[in-house]
Amino acid sequence: MNLNQLTIKEAKEGLRSKKFSSIELTKACLEQIKKHNENLNAFITITEKGALESAKKADELISDKQDLPFLGIPIALKDLFSTKGIKTSAASNVLRDYVPEYDATVVRKLKDAGAIIIGKTNLDAWAHGSSGENSDFGPTKNPWNKEYVPGGSSSGSAVSVASDMCIVSTGTDTGGSIRLPASFNNVVGLKPTYGRVSRYGIIAMASSLDSIGHFTKTVEDSALFLNITAGQDKFDASTLLNPIDNFTKDLNKGIKGLKIGIPKEFVTSDLDKEVKVKFEESVKLLVDLGAIISEISLPHTEYGIAAYYIIQPSEVSSNLARYDGIRYGNDRSFFGDEAKRRIMLGTFTLSSGYYDAYYKKAMAVRTLIKKDFENAFQKVNALISPVCPTLPWKLEEKINDPLKMYLSDVLTVTANIAGIPSLSIPAGFSTNNMPIGIQIMGKQLSESLLFQIGNAFEKQTNFYKQKPKL
Amino acid sequence: MNYKPIIGLEVHVELKTKSKMFCGCSADYFGKTPNTHTCPVCLGLPGALPVPNKTAINWCIMIGLALNCKIANFSKFDRKNYFYPDLPKGYQISQYDQPFCLKGFIELSDGKKIGITRVHMEEDTGKLIHQDVNSLIDFNRSGVPLVEIVTEPDFENAKEVVEYLKKLQQIVRYLNVSDANMEKGNMRLEPNISLQKENAKELPIYKVEVKNINSFRFVEKAIDFEIKRQTKILNNNDNPIQETRGWNENKQESVPQRVKEEANDYRYFPEPDIPPLNFSQSNILSLKSQIQDSPNQTFERFKKDYNLNEYSAKILTKEKVIADYFDESVMVGKKHDVNPNKIANYLINKNIDINLTLPAQLIKDILSLPKSAEIEESELRKMVNNVLKENEKAIKDYKSGKEMAIMFLLGQVMKTSKLKLNASKIKELLKEMLQ
Repeated sequence: MNLNQLTIKEAKEGLRSKKFSSIELTKACLEQIKKHNENLNAFITITEKGALESAKKADELISDKQDLPFLGIPIALKDLFSTKGIKTSAASNVLRDYVPEYDATVVRKLKDAGAIIIGKTNLDAWAHGSSGENSDFGPTKNPWNKEYVPGGSSSGSAVSVASDMCIVSTGTDTGGSIRLPASFNNVVGLKPTYGRVSRYGIIAMASSLDSIGHFTKTVEDSALFLNITAGQDKFDASTLLNPIDNFTKDLNKGIKGLKIGIPKEFVTSDLDKEVKVKFEESVKLLVDLGAIISEISLPHTEYGIAAYYIIQPSEVSSNLARYDGIRYGNDRSFFGDEAKRRIMLGTFTLSSGYYDAYYKKAMAVRTLIKKDFENAFQKVNALISPVCPTLPWKLEEKINDPLKMYLSDVLTVTANIAGIPSLSIPAGFSTNNMPIGIQIMGKQLSESLLFQIGNAFEKQTNFYKQKPKL
Repeated sequence: MNYKPIIGLEVHVELKTKSKMFCGCSADYFGKTPNTHTCPVCLGLPGALPVPNKTAINWCIMIGLALNCKIANFSKFDRKNYFYPDLPKGYQISQYDQPFCLKGFIELSDGKKIGITRVHMEEDTGKLIHQDVNSLIDFNRSGVPLVEIVTEPDFENAKEVVEYLKKLQQIVRYLNVSDANMEKGNMRLEPNISLQKENAKELPIYKVEVKNINSFRFVEKAIDFEIKRQTKILNNNDNPIQETRGWNENKQESVPQRVKEEANDYRYFPEPDIPPLNFSQSNILSLKSQIQDSPNQTFERFKKDYNLNEYSAKILTKEKVIADYFDESVMVGKKHDVNPNKIANYLINKNIDINLTLPAQLIKDILSLPKSAEIEESELRKMVNNVLKENEKAIKDYKSGKEMAIMFLLGQVMKTSKLKLNASKIKELLKEMLQ
């Protein structure tokens, strides 16, 4: 087994017991990037020099018996996370040469924890997209089959973990941008509770929906990572004042007797057959593990996508207004089609005379969807569903049909609308050997429970051990 | 045709909080090297987020309370979207439909109440500096807390506007939340003026807003100018156009800036980066308790407790520092049997610089005055009153316009005492009492 294939937990143990050094670990990742990035296009920026310097320092600290939670662990950051002195492009030509003056809170926390930043990953520009194709730096490819999309918008982050170019990576999830690529790449993706992780310094897509999460190889790693990133931030007024959990504490409790609901509106005839089969197999496994499964109704689900595609572009249109050409080099003509589309949509829905008909109504739907989930969580501990109604599709298949593309988020957007956490975990493979995922949703701040369920499932399935042939 | 001016006012007051509205940068930007009081937040860098300044919010509410407003239990910030180079985020964080404070008033000296529609909180913009062909941006001012105070169209002339502004300025200075210095731009005024046909019931269909006014004198001139200009247009059977004009002090006239064909569409929506705010009754009460006397209350207290006349009370309550100084001096004076009126007269007549003379020194100075001035105002008043009672004809003469009659009365008062009396003071008293 190569060092770059390790999980956080394994890498930590190996570093601490000096089985290998951080330099060796970092080099293994860099080599993997060098070998495969040309084909996969997962990274926009590779910070080899800085990573090796940090790794050297980490090794010194380890020799000094210093113990930091992520000391010497190579990580990749979605190129929306501001990194002081490292280009942060949002995968858009508008910010092609933008170098931030400051670190995002999460970046600072990861640095403080001793992590090594190995590079910045590709994404749909401004996080607008579900396939990873909207990048001004070229599409990311799916490592399981390079003719297929890896899912977006956190395409490069998902691919970098799936192809072992790093140990862990960060992402953002506004309507499914972590969970969908996680499910398309056979990795674990967490969208935490809104406000659980600081958004400060992460280029905003839709501020009321953006959740800051990550991609890992295992559920336990996901919990370990959240231990670092979670917590109130004085620079983000929307972070929740909540005692920081130890998210690994319930990992091995098992799920006997836990009530898990299946939202019937999520499992319809619109689901791809293979997705449905894998989902049903997953449910059966949970039953075998002792979970009590029941059907639940989230009656306003059908309005989710409509509400999402009003609220999200409205906020996008405002958030992108600062790229007016006066600062950051490139002007508005450098925006791609999808950004322009959303700016126009959002400008329209916020315009006077239309605000009441669109934005206000969408916010009313938002309240109803929240209520749906609240009611559901009175009856069950958690909900499970497929992540995406379809299997990964071929590159360019949906690129000219934005509506079709938008619909791939139909099962993920409601968690963002309600602000609840959702964990996407591998659930097997299709007949053409493409990954399929399921998501576990819980009420606000229930991440520990999601890890508990996810870990029980993973221990039985071990899908994560299957690697793409690169 | 006669017209009635309909005037409303928007005033922006910059708060003097230590830090800016949504970040930790110093808000004390005046005269500082450009772009030294900045950070990712007030530069609107990608990813930066606003965190509201609690002190600024409290101060905004205190202004609302001092202006007799109702304070909202639930409020929020909104984004006002528009493009301008001095606005780094492409939107200003402001308040739209749920401002902190609503429906207050300021009472003018004649008892007329000027309605206050709303008092809300927002952030200031950066500043553009034009040099030859280049325009430079200084973001030191970007994000400084601003309170906007909007009135009903209740003013009928420039005098009322100026009195209102002076009162407003005095109130925020009393609260010690802003220097309200016009020249430094701590206080900015935008009157809107239109004319209504006499006896008409509806408000005029247009409104002219005048900007770039940086003194109370200019606001008076600008309003008077607009009334004349609009009257002329209306007399020609035309309608003045809805527009924004700027006051040009050199030309002594308002000049067109931009025509508003319809209201700007700012695409307001709730600021998603800042959770909504709730204010409990106890929050509001505690802020109320922090508001010491308002200028009006102090004015009434000086008259009642210290027996000051209107004139003295008004001068001594003009600014909070003066009122405080006077209060302190009265306390010291009490120990030495110097009564408040004597202190007031001395302060006003001698034009004492309160920054240079401590209250104790002031009382010492008063005590060392030559005896001739010893007759106190109340005593003088009695003497004047007696003379007035005996000289009804002179009073009639004075009131019918014979100003010399006052000199006769003055002579009569001077005669009643063997001490050398202060003639100018007596003249002042005569004028006051003859009104």
